[in-house]
Parts: sequence; C-alpha cells; structure tokens
Amino acid sequence: MVEKVEIQGWEIDEMAKKVAFDIPDGAYVNLGIGIPEKVAGFVPEGREVIYHTENGLLGMGDSPEKGQEDPELINAGKKAVTAIPGASYFHHADSFTMIRGKHIDICVLGALQVAENGDLANWSTGEPGAIPAVGGAMDLVAGVKTIYVITRHNTKTGKSKIVKECSYPLTGKGVVSRIYSNLAIIDVTKNGLVVRELAAGVSFDYLQSRTEARLYQ
Amino acid sequence: MINKLVNTTKEAVSGIFDGATIMIGGFGEAGSPIELIHALIDQGAKNLTIVSNNTGSGEVGLAALIAHKRVKKMICSFPRTANSTVFPDLYKKSEIALELVPQGTLAERIRAGGAGIPAFFTPTSVGTPLEEGKEKRIFDRVTYVMEKAIKADFAFVKAKAADRYGNLIYNKTARNFGPVMCTAAKTTIVQVQQFVEPGELDPECIVTPGIFVERVLIVKNPVDESKLVAENRRYPW
Repeated sequence: MVEKVEIQGWEIDEMAKKVAFDIPDGAYVNLGIGIPEKVAGFVPEGREVIYHTENGLLGMGDSPEKGQEDPELINAGKKAVTAIPGASYFHHADSFTMIRGKHIDICVLGALQVAENGDLANWSTGEPGAIPAVGGAMDLVAGVKTIYVITRHNTKTGKSKIVKECSYPLTGKGVVSRIYSNLAIIDVTKNGLVVRELAAGVSFDYLQSRTEARLYQ
Repeated sequence: MINKLVNTTKEAVSGIFDGATIMIGGFGEAGSPIELIHALIDQGAKNLTIVSNNTGSGEVGLAALIAHKRVKKMICSFPRTANSTVFPDLYKKSEIALELVPQGTLAERIRAGGAGIPAFFTPTSVGTPLEEGKEKRIFDRVTYVMEKAIKADFAFVKAKAADRYGNLIYNKTARNFGPVMCTAAKTTIVQVQQFVEPGELDPECIVTPGIFVERVLIVKNPVDESKLVAENRRYPW
C-alpha cells in the first residue's frame, strides 16, 4: 500500500484572508470566537466592514493596547476590545433583533461538522456528562443572511469534518453557505458540495479522499 | 415624593424570599452586579432560580452564590467559561438543575416577560436538540418554535448612573441584559456608580426609564471580578 502524504494546504491566516476577500464593502459582519476573529485582520484596502459582537456592540475595533483593557468593553469571547468612532452600544434584545431579524449580512463561524446539505454542528459533541453551553450560535445561524464556516478540513485524528450527515447535535439545519478549509473553498448548493478553489498542491481527488461527503467540481 | 435610593446593601436585598426567581444581569463580568449578589449571600435566601447568561467565575459573585448552595436551578445560555468550576462541579453531581436557552432566545423571553407577551415564535433551535418539547408552527413556509416569556420576582442589574426616579444609563458592553431584565421583574434592584439629580441625565439618552426600577443602591467603586478571581479570592471574604 502506498502511504498517503498529508498535505497541509493553507495556513490559518491564509484561510482568514480568503474569507476576508469575500466580504464586500459595507457589510455588517459577526465573527465567531477563535479562528473566525482572525478575519478582521485581513480586510482588503478600501473596504469598510462593520463588526457586530452579540453582547452589544456594533462597530467593534481592534484589541486595546496592553494596559488599556476595559472589563466593561468586551466581545462575545469575553476578550477586551475597542469601539470605533461611530460605534453603538445596545442591549441584548436589540442585539439579537439585528441577528434574528436578518440585519447582519455575514457570520463567520467555526465548526465541529458540516453536512453536505449545509447542516452545522458547532456547539456540542453530545458527550454524556459534558456541560452543554450554546451561547448565541443557534440564533446566529437561524438569523444571519449568509453563514461562512472556517475550519480545518479534518480533525486531529484525520476524520473528515465535512460529512454526509452530522453525528453531533445540530446548531442549525441547512444554514451553511460556504466552507473555507485548509484544503479548499467549498460552496454548499442545492446540487451538493461544489469545490470553488483548491489550495496549492491539492488535487480534486486528494480533496475527495480527505472528505466523507461527495464533492463536485 | 418618589425616591428609589436605598441606603444600605441590606435594604437593597430585603424581602428576597426562599424559592424566588431572580434575574441577574451581566455577560461574563461585564455588568455583573457583584455587590448585590454578595449582599444576597449575606441575606441568606435559598432555593433560588437564577436567570443569567453565565454561571460566574472563581468563587465570587454568582459563582459564590452557587457555591453556597443557594441556587436550585440556572436558566442560562453558557454555563461554563474559562474560570468557571463551581457550576460544572455541582451539575455533574446533579446538585443543580440547568435550563439551557440560546442567548437570543433568552434575551427575547425576558423582553417578552417585561412586555406582557406570554410567548412568541422564533426560528432559533429548530432542527436541534433544543427544540425538544416545544410547539412548532409554520409561517410563510418557515418553521418556528414557540418560546415562553420569563418573568422574575427580582432583578439585579448594574448600571453606570441613576437619579432618584430610577432612570438609568449604562456603561459600554456592561449594558447587555440589564435593560430587558429591569422590565421583567416585580422588584428591580440596581447598583450604580453615580447618583445624579433629576434632569442631569439627558431624557434623550436615558436607556432604562425609571418606571422599570424599584431600588437604587450606590456602589461607587465596584470590585473587579477578574482581579478577584486572579487573586483566588472567595466570598464571604
């Protein structure tokens, strides 16, 4: 048997850059906690993007300088942030009116699993005894117009995160529009998962061999 | 004359009874009314149902209230955070109940409670394990679940400034659940850093009109929860 060499594909920063490139000028965007937060660092020159954080700030800016952190100015990940000139604060019911009322254009989230029909699982592995915690993930996928997922293509043990059907508890049904992995950018369409772009050194056949769900060119 | 100012922390939490439902504002430490929670620990009410987004950090504030076994049930969206061990430990031992509610649904259930709306339909949680047991309806070909309003006997809220009418303004993202919780409790108790004369708060900028507030306590220099947690402090001191 020929031993398969694992191709790394894009680095996380390159994935974040790909996402940032697909966010149009003037968009209102919510970035999930963790890797999605990196997208804000790669907005192309000349575009203005307004960031929403569901704990109650529209117009979130960069991290503050060391020593300038304000415990009452944080993001959804409970990290210190800043507010841009023109930012606004609001309470939670207003914040989720922006989300559920389809006022936010794009949300970028991480994933445990994405299914070929766009189902997303990203809040729980359903392990018995685990403390369930959901936060705003279910509201975001139910309400935001476009959901992008940014994730490594496979788990640390090599399992495909892009699956025929999610085995983990769902966050939402049929909600994902596009997947940015380290190996490819994949659109979720009515006709299945269509590969838009392959990372350097990745062939379609290699990508399919690393993916449980059926892919289309 | 209307004057909602109370003079002591003891007075602020007087009348809170065993079995009460209490909404506690805050998203993590931002907006958490720690001094009021500590006053409640001293006051002694137990078998409480607490509505709050998280379950507190370390062994101060909400986490301390839970550690003292005063809480029988938490209604929240995210019961674990980096420094949260008290709730997870009790939950694993089945010594505390949890109603897990998506964050936006939690906010809207509280808003509805304050607005006299008994229930509403939302797309959030449809097709997920959290839809279980909820009535479903289809509107314009989209499926929604019915969510019921939450009301409380008391609300604890932290704001920046108040006047004697109970008009409030908040500080940055510490606002979070405060304004909706103020509307949904029979007795809303607010701790503020500044107490000002009527008229000093611009009527155009008041976030919570005083009608939603019953008691105001001045806490000029509230403690910083993350510092206390970093120092491994525990309440009572």
